[in-house]
Amino acid sequence: MSNQEGLVRYKGSDRLNHWLIAILFVLATLGGLAMFHPSMFFLTGLFGGGSWTRILHPFIGSAMFVLFVLIFFKFWHHNVLTANDRKWLSQIGDVLNKNHDRLPEVGRYNGGQKAAFWVMVLTMILLVVSGLAFWRPYFSHYFSVDVTRVAALVHAVSAWVLILTIIAHVYAALWVKGTIGAMWTGVVSRAWARKHHPGWFKEVTGGK
Amino acid sequence: MAIQALQVVAQSATTMTPPASAAKTVHVAKLIDISSCIGCKACQVACMEWNETRPVIGDTDGTYDNPVELGANAWTVMKFNEIENAKGGIDWLIRKDGCMHCEDPGCLKACPSPGAIVKLDNGIVDFNSDKCIGCGYCVAGCPFDVPRISQTTNKATKCTLCSDRVSVGNEPACVKACPTQALTFGPKDDRIKYANERIKDLNGRGYDKASLYNPQGVGGTHVMYVLPHGDKPTAYNGLPADPKISSTVGLWKGIMKPIALLTMAATVFAGVIHYAIKGPDTVDDDHDDSKKS
Repeated sequence: MSNQEGLVRYKGSDRLNHWLIAILFVLATLGGLAMFHPSMFFLTGLFGGGSWTRILHPFIGSAMFVLFVLIFFKFWHHNVLTANDRKWLSQIGDVLNKNHDRLPEVGRYNGGQKAAFWVMVLTMILLVVSGLAFWRPYFSHYFSVDVTRVAALVHAVSAWVLILTIIAHVYAALWVKGTIGAMWTGVVSRAWARKHHPGWFKEVTGGK
Repeated sequence: MAIQALQVVAQSATTMTPPASAAKTVHVAKLIDISSCIGCKACQVACMEWNETRPVIGDTDGTYDNPVELGANAWTVMKFNEIENAKGGIDWLIRKDGCMHCEDPGCLKACPSPGAIVKLDNGIVDFNSDKCIGCGYCVAGCPFDVPRISQTTNKATKCTLCSDRVSVGNEPACVKACPTQALTFGPKDDRIKYANERIKDLNGRGYDKASLYNPQGVGGTHVMYVLPHGDKPTAYNGLPADPKISSTVGLWKGIMKPIALLTMAATVFAGVIHYAIKGPDTVDDDHDDSKKS
């Protein structure tokens, strides 16, 4: 897994998938917010108006979901929460204060990354299922008005939780230097891996 | 009725109060006196004629309901129901279904497109097709299951209470066509007075539960019924006993909107503050041999 530049963390196909999801997420969020709050309605201008926002939003969301399913099957086993991860999460204060020496050893992903992964899985399932119930004109007529009402609320709450999670995800990548490069180039420095993911570092280098 | 200026007092997806909400126009209402209705459907025909709607000819479902229910091209439909009465006989209940023109309209609350749904100062709730985006949120918002999305245009449609006719001092087309005065139109106060006379009359004829249907759960309506069996509105083809905007719609379109936006903004700010105070988490002990090669 190592090469001269450092350690390979993501393959090209993973990075492509990640950035496609990222673009689709931004588009789905802008369109969704436009239809969620009057103060955001101006965002419909980005999609060619209100009707086009309504038409495109579910297709964008569905495409994001399909790509996320691929990521899910590839990465879920890296994201199983362990006792160490729970301890890491309980020491979130130490994380934010950069007290790395007090934290339990982190593997390929830390507790926060894993928790975010599962929140994304859950909210995206809820978003797709609830969105289907009021996707006009294709699917909404299979559902009663009562179901539609609950679906609209579930959709909005799930989207809200997902957006907050993604804000945290983006901030963490900006804050922890060397992280965004992992997703651009696929490669991280050995020092970065040793500091932030020592368990994974040992795994891929044999502790060298 | 005097000519009324059609000023907007409330519009969908708008956080500001429209200036006309200070206006004091007479509130109008259509009264549907079910005890006088003979089910002739002249109102349905007049509605189609005036509004140029032509529902597709469908199949009979074995009842007099035709079309079977409201549609994008059927803004009012007569619904026929038979119930057994206390004497062992049958009461034939006929209700003219259509938009109730709520004082607190659920469709308007749910609509995400500014100005696509408006409430006029005379109480009429109207849809602006040019601003409608076809999302169908109004369908979820309505406690009476009235709005329909056109398959052809993907726009929401419903009874306008003939706002175009009312604005020039005419009554709605259905009222104009009614041969028995089961439908009457005018200032809401007058319609309530007339309804009370009708109820007194019905009480004297054995309908002691007769009542006016002007549900307060939606702030009252600008289409009201005189129900001979006022104690069981649901017998009239499921007319809701106590209609309210659904609490899920209330959460979704009420408290959730500001909370969601505020928490998103707050999370971004928390990041900015954290970064400013703590600084980035850098790898400072960078003795990475491979980089030097």
